[in-house]
Amino acid sequence: MTVWADALIQGILLGGLYALFAAGLSLIFGIMRLVNLAHGDLIILAAFVILTIAAWLGLDPFAATLAALPIMFIVGFALQQLLLNRTLGRELLPPLLVTFGLSIIIENGLLELFSADSRRLHGGSIETASLALSPDVAMGVVPLLTLASAVAVIVALNVVFYRTALGRAFRATSDDLEIAQLMGIDHPRIFSFAMALAFVVLTIAALYLGMHANFDPTAGPERLLYAFEAVIVGGLGSFWGTLCGGIIIGVAQTTGAQLNPEWQILAGHIAFLAVLVLKPRGLFPRATD
Amino acid sequence: MINAEPTPTATKSGYRIETPTPESQAASVVALPFVVLLAVLPSFAARDLVEELIFVFYMVALAQCWNLLAGYAGLVSVGQQAFVGLGGYLLFALTIMAGIDPLAAIVLTGAVAAALALPTAVIVFRLRGAYFAIGTWVVAEVYRLIFAQFKQLGGGTGTSLGPDITNTVAGIEWIKSVLDVRTPAARDIVSYWAALALALGAILLVYVILRSRLGLALGAIRDAEDAAESAGVDNWRVKLTVYVIVAAATGMIGALIYLQKARISPDAAFSVLDWTAYVIVIVVIGGIGTIEGPILGTAIFYLLQRYLASFGAWYLILLGALAIAVMLYAPKGLWGYLAERYGLILFPTRRRLVIGGER
Repeated sequence: MTVWADALIQGILLGGLYALFAAGLSLIFGIMRLVNLAHGDLIILAAFVILTIAAWLGLDPFAATLAALPIMFIVGFALQQLLLNRTLGRELLPPLLVTFGLSIIIENGLLELFSADSRRLHGGSIETASLALSPDVAMGVVPLLTLASAVAVIVALNVVFYRTALGRAFRATSDDLEIAQLMGIDHPRIFSFAMALAFVVLTIAALYLGMHANFDPTAGPERLLYAFEAVIVGGLGSFWGTLCGGIIIGVAQTTGAQLNPEWQILAGHIAFLAVLVLKPRGLFPRATD
Repeated sequence: MINAEPTPTATKSGYRIETPTPESQAASVVALPFVVLLAVLPSFAARDLVEELIFVFYMVALAQCWNLLAGYAGLVSVGQQAFVGLGGYLLFALTIMAGIDPLAAIVLTGAVAAALALPTAVIVFRLRGAYFAIGTWVVAEVYRLIFAQFKQLGGGTGTSLGPDITNTVAGIEWIKSVLDVRTPAARDIVSYWAALALALGAILLVYVILRSRLGLALGAIRDAEDAAESAGVDNWRVKLTVYVIVAAATGMIGALIYLQKARISPDAAFSVLDWTAYVIVIVVIGGIGTIEGPILGTAIFYLLQRYLASFGAWYLILLGALAIAVMLYAPKGLWGYLAERYGLILFPTRRRLVIGGER
């Protein structure tokens, strides 16, 4: 019995990580209907940026992430302003193929710069610290911090969305782009801010990814799939739904692994497909598309 | 290039619907000897060239399939590796475990791939547009992880086809006696012909589909999805039909690829880079939504691969950048540019209205 309780708790904690992967994707889709196929590779890119800053300045991963955030904010803004805004329109293919090309470029660029070796962000004693719930069940401090950060990020995104002028512009462009333009909203700029914000979120995700497990330049696509599954399971357009989606995928993976270690990833995918069959619009849908 | 039927639907009011163009008629005259040349090429060409052309042919076939799916039916899949891997694994299973002749197994593979594509489609069709793309990728991962569970097929590390199977493909003995070559060369020649047949078959398939009622429905959906639906086109069904046909063809191509390679592993057989990313780059560079584009794109890709593949990661970065640049500056690809500039159409699929005797 306790092994299942443990699997459930570890799954919920893992879900926090997946929700962090997914929040950026959900944000971008919600505002500009852009599905970023390079999202996973961008998370890996952010992890390498943190790693490099930590090594150069001799910082711990948390401080290095603080330094990486403004850099990634600017990179995200520039990427949207210079490249991705040019792909948005009625056509489906340009954004898909441009982000797919971007994914290939990032993955291979990282391979060229950092080789295919597995890396990890080392956080010192916090890595092994844990809270014992019972003799058999313990929660790691880093996974707990991950889940707490996911909740914090989602609260923050909701505040930005519903309490600020920028958020009002986000919602306006999302609801009706043409009317928003008529009201004087400079939508390419709004999109660039949205991407910059998404980059901040994915950099936070990268910190916990790097402390949770090893990563290498080819690890991106799998992260994209988890993020995507969390978004769809949760329902489009709802940040809290995305958190639930992440937790469902996480729990499916840990319980699958409990049955057979080889089934971990498969169980997550099967859970996603099952939700798709039973509730095609996700569990907590808000936006329609 | 192929003149199925001239369709000169003459009517009393002096207009008719026509599809062939002068260029297409000229091209079909040139194409026939070229195809014959390709067919007899292994009797005199070096084995290296034969092996490289096998690669070119199956990339043409894969590109035609993806183009039909994405360029005509609007189903942008990044999960076609699911069917390439499925085809490869089915070939191994049918030949190793059931003892079926490999060429017969390729045909059977097409049927099984189509049968599996139906339930797959019912699930992924719940996602639209870009979300459909990632959904197909998830499905491909599911296929990969499931095939990695089969211990009889080598599990996660994969397995090989023994010479007892690869050397007994129908036709090898005949080629050995007629062309006086050794078994490995004869094997390549059988694969060469099978690959050529699949490439030509894929081109013909796309052409015939586009000239049929289904093609008319596809054109209507591409131009205005809602209008097509209201005009009586069953969009869901049309897309499903295309998805299943493409899955069957892709499965057969996958079976052939792995008959030639004779070694399979889940990571290679379900590789998104090899079987989908390259194919997308080919179609985008050549020109999406045309039959000529994937052929031209494969030729360009072959040259890039041949001269630049040794640069490894830099080569892939170049391919990614090329795909982005084409998408931004020439979204119709190289053939789209040529066709627009010089009015070239080699595979006429558009029904044109001809009034009186004028074109």
